[in-house]
Amino acid sequence: MELKIQVLAIVASGALLFVVLELVRRKAFLERYALLWLLSALVMLTLSVWSGGLEALAEVIGIAYPPNALFLVAFGFVLVLLLHFSLAVSKLSDQTKLLAQRLAMLEQRQSKLEQPQVHSEGEKELEGVGSGARRGRFTSS
Amino acid sequence: MANRSSHLVVVPAYNEAETVGHVIDSVREHYPHFDVLVVDDGSTDRTGQIARRAGATVVRHPFNLGIGGAVQTGFLYALDQDYDYMVQVDGDGQHCPEEIGKLTSAMGAEPTLDMVCGSRFMTKGHGYPAPISRRTGIHIFAFILSRLVGQRVSDPTSGFRLYNRRGIALFARDYPHDYPEVEAVLMVHFHRLRMREVPVRMLQRGGGVSSIRSGKSLYYMIKVLLAIFIGLARARPVPEPGEAAPVAATHGI
Repeated sequence: MELKIQVLAIVASGALLFVVLELVRRKAFLERYALLWLLSALVMLTLSVWSGGLEALAEVIGIAYPPNALFLVAFGFVLVLLLHFSLAVSKLSDQTKLLAQRLAMLEQRQSKLEQPQVHSEGEKELEGVGSGARRGRFTSS
Repeated sequence: MANRSSHLVVVPAYNEAETVGHVIDSVREHYPHFDVLVVDDGSTDRTGQIARRAGATVVRHPFNLGIGGAVQTGFLYALDQDYDYMVQVDGDGQHCPEEIGKLTSAMGAEPTLDMVCGSRFMTKGHGYPAPISRRTGIHIFAFILSRLVGQRVSDPTSGFRLYNRRGIALFARDYPHDYPEVEAVLMVHFHRLRMREVPVRMLQRGGGVSSIRSGKSLYYMIKVLLAIFIGLARARPVPEPGEAAPVAATHGI
């Protein structure tokens, strides 16, 4: 592998690894999402440094120009990461839907529980006008 | 809940302020002993207030979940509150609430049914006022679905349906997202529940915008076909036939 491209690959994957590690350190994302990123950055860095390994890999899959094998590996990781995100997003929207439904039903139940109090407070108003009126305003919304 | 009804009428509504009041009035006029639940799917107009004033119980989503999510909230509510039957009626006024009786009497006559669907295509000269492209699309789904489930299904997109406890339990747990009516027919089949259709009338939509926009019929068709085939491939627990209430085994979500 040419020196120029090797240096570029090392710098790029090294930077990726650094950014990922820094984000994990700051707890910017959950470990389970960091794991895949860490793995891809490590593999990319290893293959950039260890050019013998990259050339062997290129040989095995029939790629004449070894840096292209690096692209292939990077592309593979990108695909897996995207798939991973689609799964995560689907799961999140499922859970969001469930939360919205449960919340809607809880709100309905709560307003139903508050409704009868309007009547009882209304009767009590004869005794204490002030408190009854205040409650009434709260529950009738 | 002593004097509560055994029937719950669920009206999913998203920005149907013009029509939802009339739908509720009509249900309450013809079936005063049924409870009415309006699922306000995050409407930006006065749908929720109008429904509440018309005497319905209103469950309001904090944001729009889509028709599948709205109907599923109805199933969850029916399951939670222990209703025996749930009727689904669209909030846009295209169904005739006075025809709910046709659904309930079909289930009454055949108690093994878990779902009864109102079909607009079972009578000759039904004159359903929809563009030809849409009708053709529905007929194509009907043809494919009928082959898949081994039973004639003439109107798989109909949202005018009655479910019993088994139907409610199944769909409270798992109701399809985007084109739920079509896929629900498949689910009923794969869970070995029983369904049939009865002829009903359907009117032109009273207001609002259909979830199926006209002019996009081809796109809609492709998506529904895709949903059917994804639905076919989806792994589902298939209960044994004749089991008492297989779908109720796993309660909660």
